[in-house]
Amino acid sequence: MFDRTRCDLNGACAQVCPVGAIAVAASFALDRARCISCSRCIEVCPTGALAQGLAFAVPERTRRALVEPPPAPLAAKGQELATRARRVLGRSLHVRHLDAGSCNGCDWEINATTNAVHDIQRFGVDFVASPRHADVLLVTGTVTHNLEIAARRTYDAMSEPRLVVAVGACASSGSPYPSGYASGEGAASILPIDVFVPGCPPRPEAIIEGLLLAVGRIVRVR
Amino acid sequence: MIETQSVAADALPDTCAALVQERRARLVVMTGTDERERGRGFGLYYVFALPSGALVSIEAQIDPARPEFPSVTRVVPAAHWYEREVKDLLGIEPRGHPDPRRLVLHDDWPHGLHPLRKDFDGRRTVARDPHPHGPITGVRGDGVIEVPVGPIHAGIIEPGHFRFGGVGELVFQLEARLFYTHRGIEKAAEGASVERVLFLAERICGACSLSNAVAYSQAIEAIADRHPGRRTRLIRSVLLELERLYNHVGDIANLCAGAALQLAVYQGGVLKERLQELNAEVAGHRYLFGVACPGGVRRDLDAAAQARIRRETGAIESEFRSYVDALLQTESFMERLVGTGVLEHDLADELGAVGVAARASGVARDVRASQPYAGLRPGMVTPVLRTEGDVRARMLVRVDEAFASFGLVNDLLRELAEVAPTELVTPIGPLPPDRWALGMVESPRGENVHHVMTGAAGEITRYRVRSASYNWALVPFAVAGNLLPDFPLINKSFELCYACLDR
Repeated sequence: MFDRTRCDLNGACAQVCPVGAIAVAASFALDRARCISCSRCIEVCPTGALAQGLAFAVPERTRRALVEPPPAPLAAKGQELATRARRVLGRSLHVRHLDAGSCNGCDWEINATTNAVHDIQRFGVDFVASPRHADVLLVTGTVTHNLEIAARRTYDAMSEPRLVVAVGACASSGSPYPSGYASGEGAASILPIDVFVPGCPPRPEAIIEGLLLAVGRIVRVR
Repeated sequence: MIETQSVAADALPDTCAALVQERRARLVVMTGTDERERGRGFGLYYVFALPSGALVSIEAQIDPARPEFPSVTRVVPAAHWYEREVKDLLGIEPRGHPDPRRLVLHDDWPHGLHPLRKDFDGRRTVARDPHPHGPITGVRGDGVIEVPVGPIHAGIIEPGHFRFGGVGELVFQLEARLFYTHRGIEKAAEGASVERVLFLAERICGACSLSNAVAYSQAIEAIADRHPGRRTRLIRSVLLELERLYNHVGDIANLCAGAALQLAVYQGGVLKERLQELNAEVAGHRYLFGVACPGGVRRDLDAAAQARIRRETGAIESEFRSYVDALLQTESFMERLVGTGVLEHDLADELGAVGVAARASGVARDVRASQPYAGLRPGMVTPVLRTEGDVRARMLVRVDEAFASFGLVNDLLRELAEVAPTELVTPIGPLPPDRWALGMVESPRGENVHHVMTGAAGEITRYRVRSASYNWALVPFAVAGNLLPDFPLINKSFELCYACLDR
């Protein structure tokens, strides 16, 4: 949670951030796609502008919209896509999970969306065994080079219309793994992403919200 | 103190074999290093544990002009994967290794490039060979079929490629191609700050995050010779048992998925969910990220949190008891587990099995008993043992360990209530140069070993993580001779993390 009125732009948060998610110049900007919720920034903030929030980080349609405070209203294109997706897919949604090199945390949280407590099936959402059957690809992980071919082939196997939802910090931005000989820079570097779900890992509710946002069952008003 | 013996590379097999035979030592980890910048060669560190828990390190320097050494694997089979890793990542050839194929690097990786050499820039991307030759040897013969599975699987699980060879449903051989989620964590740790490496350690594996964070922290504390206080250590142990609980309970529930017992999948899933919500409530994170740090912990467990843990674990324990009773009485389920996926005792012992898989085959390895750490005192944990080595045995080990953990949490909380609140973190300060230490933690899957080394300026120069998921090397042995449809059951009974192994 960020309180603009208390922020004096001292930059202590940016210095302590281990993943470079905070930039402080003329204003404060938090890139939630990189944030791993370690709360070091909250601990060092001398003005109390940063505080622990109760809500989980909210999924967004664009990578840019994950930079807090949000720079622009919902892109018209995203809304168009949502409308089209809803027209084609109706209220039911078949999801294929793709682990593209995660720590397995996001994947366990995706699993938890199917348990009797979170029960994602009450929204008409189901997980399928093959990308051939899927409307949505739910991608976790930084996209390791060892999985790049498999990830591309999984996406290619899906028929149109298809959506991609990136789950977690490393799928959204590659953070906190260093890109290089083994790790890539997240799912957006090889696939067109329709919704980013930030968090490390995001809670099951956030993943469910991201899926519903992707098919236009949630409309954001700003 | 760790007893060290420096030997010539040629003496490695004899020295290691003698240690195993004469002092009943077992190989805990083998780490290769590139010390050429320091005017030395490549280093090999074979670290063994004696029955007393004491560690012995057999060390050899390898001439960089002739990067090879006689393989220890033929006399100490547990060395087999370590030596293949050293060959891939450092380009040091284990001469006479029975299986010198690639392990960590995939076949499209170019020849002659070794990521853990100091002159390899880990931040660069490497062009892959578009036409690699596979390492799968396969099975041939009349009526033999091969079933390729993965790397992307049908369920919500991690990636790995399996090649089953057999006749009809009977599997003769399983070859596993792993390391798809290799993220280069060990390389990224080199030269990084102590805190930066902590964030990576926590994210080696989501489901063993706290075990890895504590093992890393213990290694750093041993190097710095700064140790956290009693309260901090007790908090670590309480939360480590909560990590074991949500994993063990969840793993038993997921085992039911391997036998299509859906009701039990959902019932167990609710218990796991409650344990994870308890984690979030008392420690701020469902997977216990951000809890441990070198020098201590970042969150206290106050009286309210302690009471909450006692109440909730007590309620879950009694529900878990009736859940397990119902499972044990479901003959159509239990019958699938008996005699399935047997891991023989001698194989488990010699190939260095750890954790649940070792104990279910009668091999008593539990770091909590052999090298008590954090808030544990000697004698607080007795390894749960079974001898059958099948899927049922691995399930029952988890059941008994879960009940033991419920009790242990209560014992630890009772001690915690008597220790006054103190500073939670002992400052570590700069690390001294040229030291190394191991941090060892019994994760839900078994022994996790973090080997941290410092360089001339006290920087982290090598970070080697050997998690319990090294047990992957054993799975093909337990699968051979079983039916293909039983593989999901066998796989889930080992319940190893790919992320933990691949790093």
